[in-house]
Amino acid sequence: MSTIAALPGLVSLVAEGTDNPRADFSDTPLWLSLVKALIIFVYLLVSTLLVIWFERRVIGRMQQRPGPNRNGPFGLLQTLADGMKSMLKEDVRPKAADAFVFTLAPLITATMCFVSFSIMPLAGEVSMFGHTTPFQLTDTPIAVLLVLAVAGVGIYGVVLAGWSSGSPYPLMGGLRASAQMISYEIAMGLSLVAVFLYAGSMSTSQIVSAQSGLWFVVPAFFSFFVYVITMVGETNRLPFDLAEGEGELTGGFHTEYGSMRFAMFFLGEYINMFTVAALATTMFLGGWQAPPGIAAINDGMFNEGWWGLLWFTAKLWMFMFVFVWLRGSLPRVRYDQFMRFGWKFLIPATLAWVVLVAFFRAGQNGWLGGTVDVAGRSFPVVSLALVGIIAALALAGGWMWDARVERREARLHPHVPDEIDPYAGGHPVPPMPGQRLREPSLTAPALTSRPDTEEATRG
Amino acid sequence: MTGTGEQVMFWILGPLAVVGSLGLVFAKKAVHAALGMAMTMIILGVFYLAQEADFLGVIQIFVYTGAVMMLFLFVVMLVGVDSSDSLVETLTGQRWATAVLAIGLGGILGAQVGKATVGQSVGLAAVNAQTGNVSGVAQLIFGRYVWVFEATSALLITAALGAMVLAHRERLGRGPDQKEWSKRRFQEGKHLAGLPAPGVYARHNAVDTPALLPDGTPSELSVSRVLTARDQNLSPSTYTDGEREIERDVREGSER
Repeated sequence: MSTIAALPGLVSLVAEGTDNPRADFSDTPLWLSLVKALIIFVYLLVSTLLVIWFERRVIGRMQQRPGPNRNGPFGLLQTLADGMKSMLKEDVRPKAADAFVFTLAPLITATMCFVSFSIMPLAGEVSMFGHTTPFQLTDTPIAVLLVLAVAGVGIYGVVLAGWSSGSPYPLMGGLRASAQMISYEIAMGLSLVAVFLYAGSMSTSQIVSAQSGLWFVVPAFFSFFVYVITMVGETNRLPFDLAEGEGELTGGFHTEYGSMRFAMFFLGEYINMFTVAALATTMFLGGWQAPPGIAAINDGMFNEGWWGLLWFTAKLWMFMFVFVWLRGSLPRVRYDQFMRFGWKFLIPATLAWVVLVAFFRAGQNGWLGGTVDVAGRSFPVVSLALVGIIAALALAGGWMWDARVERREARLHPHVPDEIDPYAGGHPVPPMPGQRLREPSLTAPALTSRPDTEEATRG
Repeated sequence: MTGTGEQVMFWILGPLAVVGSLGLVFAKKAVHAALGMAMTMIILGVFYLAQEADFLGVIQIFVYTGAVMMLFLFVVMLVGVDSSDSLVETLTGQRWATAVLAIGLGGILGAQVGKATVGQSVGLAAVNAQTGNVSGVAQLIFGRYVWVFEATSALLITAALGAMVLAHRERLGRGPDQKEWSKRRFQEGKHLAGLPAPGVYARHNAVDTPALLPDGTPSELSVSRVLTARDQNLSPSTYTDGEREIERDVREGSER
């Protein structure tokens, strides 16, 4: 019973007041929020127009061809032309389709993708129409969870599209998509837990301000690694675009879609890319804050006001390039391997990582013993002990792995003697590559073969 | 104590939630029913958010709509292509028994809930400002209610393991092999050479086109049950007609 009494005390050890957003919306009237919503909407639409062109051009370069270069300067208006084309195309609905759900599915995808961006801090405090306001639509204590929840609802678009088309390929694509996205959302959520532990909050503005000293990509490097993998899986992009694998599913869940309905899926996919990239920027790369060197110039001049939008956009487009780069260089993964990787490696490894980070954080808060001073800096005993244990385990594991590899090598390539007597076994044997033949001697037993073999061959 | 905005939201979303839950009961297609339920769950989450229970609201949407309902949908989409609802009552009088039990349960629940007295609502604004919403929930879950929480999670894990153990059926004996299948076929005296293969024609063969029996009628047994239930089988007449045309051309050519 004494543990029960002790627990509330443990909970109150957490630094108070980091739960709630740091962003101050007190000077933001309702109309300004609407203006900000409109700005975010336009920002996303323009970014989508640009990124489709960007993707085609960059992939073109990677495949040694120019890419679209006819409409507008450098082909910039190509996406606009494609959009107009899909708007003017005939709207076809298969006879076997479920009419209501068939229309609902693209609507879900196209609307849900915009919602997540409402909590992304695009910049710090800016002055807009005479008001000082943070450049993000809103922030809540659970902002990052909201992104995951909205992504979960967005999956419905894909699944329902697959079901409502009324033919087998889309159904298979929809099933794959739901299984894939749910599995990878688990790993994604787990990878973000380490960031929550470091920031002490799930509000995006708090997470960004907690990174003013050190971006979380350094202490939570494994989380970043897992997040980058899951964000590709979550957005259905190559090498993980199994839901629409052309080779086996002719387009997957959107096989039966055309014209504006298809354009909505297309829009949703690209805005989802921006959402996961923006989340990665906010969680791991310091959000709108300037890169370390530039941030120090002139007392953080580049870290204030509208400059944040520049750094945020630059980091966002870095991830966009990675998406395109992956698509240009990797082939599609096999479905069962992809699922095994998610469930049997990413999720358990991330769980272990989260436990480890929890111990580090507890050590930093001084809950688990004292600190040791090394080279002028004090480190918690627990952290040092854990690092030591992990290093020892890694060393032992590496040694065992090496021994195993050596044993396997020895088994696969048994020792071959330099010389061979071709008649040693009583039957002529050709030499292995690199072997010399020993001259047959007259006393060799092989030439005088056993009588029973002779019998057998004669019979 | 509710603001105007909250009232407007309630009177728009409340009826929608009712429509969704009625859809769950009355929808003809299982997927539509699941959709209605998903909508109701999302609206419940929005209500929690409006009541300043941010964490609860988002978790409601994240877990129930995003994961649990998605798994439901997953199963519903796979099942039900082939199955047709049987309208025969397997247990005699079960409808009446169900109705009596349901009304009884409703009566007990109604009586108990009706007796409850609700105190003055405090709201979460003060707690959210001071402790924070997430920390507040954490303090309750890992503080005052930690044993309840742990016991519930142990129960849920046990239930999940139990479901897995019960649903995963080990094969008791060896399955019949090809030889035994053929012996069984001969004992029964039906389909001695196995089921007929789907249609194979001069220029076409497909799983969705039934084979023709010697008397020219299509064989139901030669196509997949699922395709028949979905009404996706093709008639072989297009191929046989073409074939007849070719035969006629050949005949005419030889007569010339």
